[in-house]
Amino acid sequence: MNILVCIKQVPDMESKFKVAANGTWYDNQDLAWRMNEYDEYAVEQAVQLKEQVKDADLTVLCIGSDKVKETMKKALAMGCDRGAHIDDADSWAKEPFEIAGIISEYAKDKSFDVIFTGMQSQDRGSGQVGVLVAEMLGIASVSTIVDFAFDDGTIKAKRELEGGIKANVTVQVPALVTCQLGLNTPRYPTLPNIMKAKKKELLTIPVADVLKVDARMETSAMYFPEKKGGGLVLEGEAGDLADKLISILKEKTSVLK
Amino acid sequence: MKIVLIAEYRDGQMLSGYTELLGFAETMGAETVMFVAGSDAVLPAYDGKLYLADAAVCGEYNPDLHKQMILDVVAKEQPDMVAFCHSSYGWDLAPRVAFGMKAAQVSEVVEVKDGAMVAPACNSKLRRTVTCKTGQTVVTLQAGAFAPVEGGGTPEVEKIAVDGQGRVVFEGYEEAEAGGVDLSKAEVIVSAGRGIGKPENVAMISALAKALGGEYGASRPVVDSEWVEHNRQVGTTGQTVAPKLYLACGISGAIQHLAGMKKSEFVVAVNTDKDAPIGEVADVLIVADLLQFVPALTEKVQAL
Repeated sequence: MNILVCIKQVPDMESKFKVAANGTWYDNQDLAWRMNEYDEYAVEQAVQLKEQVKDADLTVLCIGSDKVKETMKKALAMGCDRGAHIDDADSWAKEPFEIAGIISEYAKDKSFDVIFTGMQSQDRGSGQVGVLVAEMLGIASVSTIVDFAFDDGTIKAKRELEGGIKANVTVQVPALVTCQLGLNTPRYPTLPNIMKAKKKELLTIPVADVLKVDARMETSAMYFPEKKGGGLVLEGEAGDLADKLISILKEKTSVLK
Repeated sequence: MKIVLIAEYRDGQMLSGYTELLGFAETMGAETVMFVAGSDAVLPAYDGKLYLADAAVCGEYNPDLHKQMILDVVAKEQPDMVAFCHSSYGWDLAPRVAFGMKAAQVSEVVEVKDGAMVAPACNSKLRRTVTCKTGQTVVTLQAGAFAPVEGGGTPEVEKIAVDGQGRVVFEGYEEAEAGGVDLSKAEVIVSAGRGIGKPENVAMISALAKALGGEYGASRPVVDSEWVEHNRQVGTTGQTVAPKLYLACGISGAIQHLAGMKKSEFVVAVNTDKDAPIGEVADVLIVADLLQFVPALTEKVQAL
């Protein structure tokens, strides 16, 4: 079985963001970088599938500058067999259609049976790449899965809908699934596996070799939302803050009678 | 301008999101037609043309067939835009339709500014304005971003159908776990976010909730980590709540969480990060370490 998992390196969302000088994206200096959270679930599920079917080869793909290799090494240490690094220092500026175009161009002649992606990235958050890759490859896709089982060429998955409701679906491979938070418990790479990962193949492909589509949109400006104001900000010692809040609640609400 | 609005129907009911699509269309000053895979027994209140597919035949959840029918409607109507709710249905179907239309897609639109779509980035810490290069566009709209407009009236129905099976087979719905707590009725909710740090701290949150005569809830990461059971999750994929007081502890304010608690009457947030998006909706933002503040508050409330 041939499996692909696509990951993205994103800033830690707790970071202090600044808008870059070009005004169209965030400044990527002084940020802590990590694997997109949704993709951690995708990698874990891909590794579990590989362990289940035994005879499987699992590739992890990531697009970005040299820096993303660090994140790819984590995926390799979690159990991916090989890495495909699409070298693109400008990947931050690429919109979902271009990113999907790059992935599908890479994947089109490799006969992947199952492709895993996160349901969205934490920074751009468009939630389009996975589904678009499947459309471009002409294979079926299921988005937002919170449960995954594979048996004899059939994927059984649960899609998360609103209000705690789930939809049970089945689909034959080849297929792509996009992974929602809570799908599984992503493993921590062990030290021996981190050491082994250093020896795994990590092939670098220039983006020009796999970018065959044009952008359909662009981010023309990035900015902080306007502060709505009105909200009171309180700082100080915990006990004083508790007293202050209690008097506010007494005045403004009916919960402390 | 003409927009095809994609309404949603699930398990015998029209979902209310179409009223926000109508609100969006009004903002855009657009002419509209609507599509829904549903039933002629429950029609949207909409005084316009409705393309209606029979969900009992084509499936309530069938991306291949729904995509094809929407593309058929697009071919016939030649709209400038197709608009979905940013929901499990919308975000699954919109990229398929956009691909079929060779159109750009803007996801999770929160605002229209000088004709351009605005979408959030980085857990809503930032906003971005998006410019499309294609003639037609597809958008998904964030829940609550556009004020609902009650369409009223009865639609002029044109029934449509499509042949085929579709590759993704829908096997049925699974309801949320029954039992447990019903947060939708609580007057006070104290919610725990990732910022509580470790599962042992849930007790501190529940103690404050109890002191205030309410219930405790949680944001998604806390539920996913299995620190708190799912029926206490507040947000798009959990419960939608409307308490008199919502106290968010260590919750940064991801858009999905905000969607679930935005009807709260009074919101207090406790966070060490002054710039956390939760601060935007909070009436009071307490900038403090919740491990110190929450027990202090609990003690003082108990002493009242």
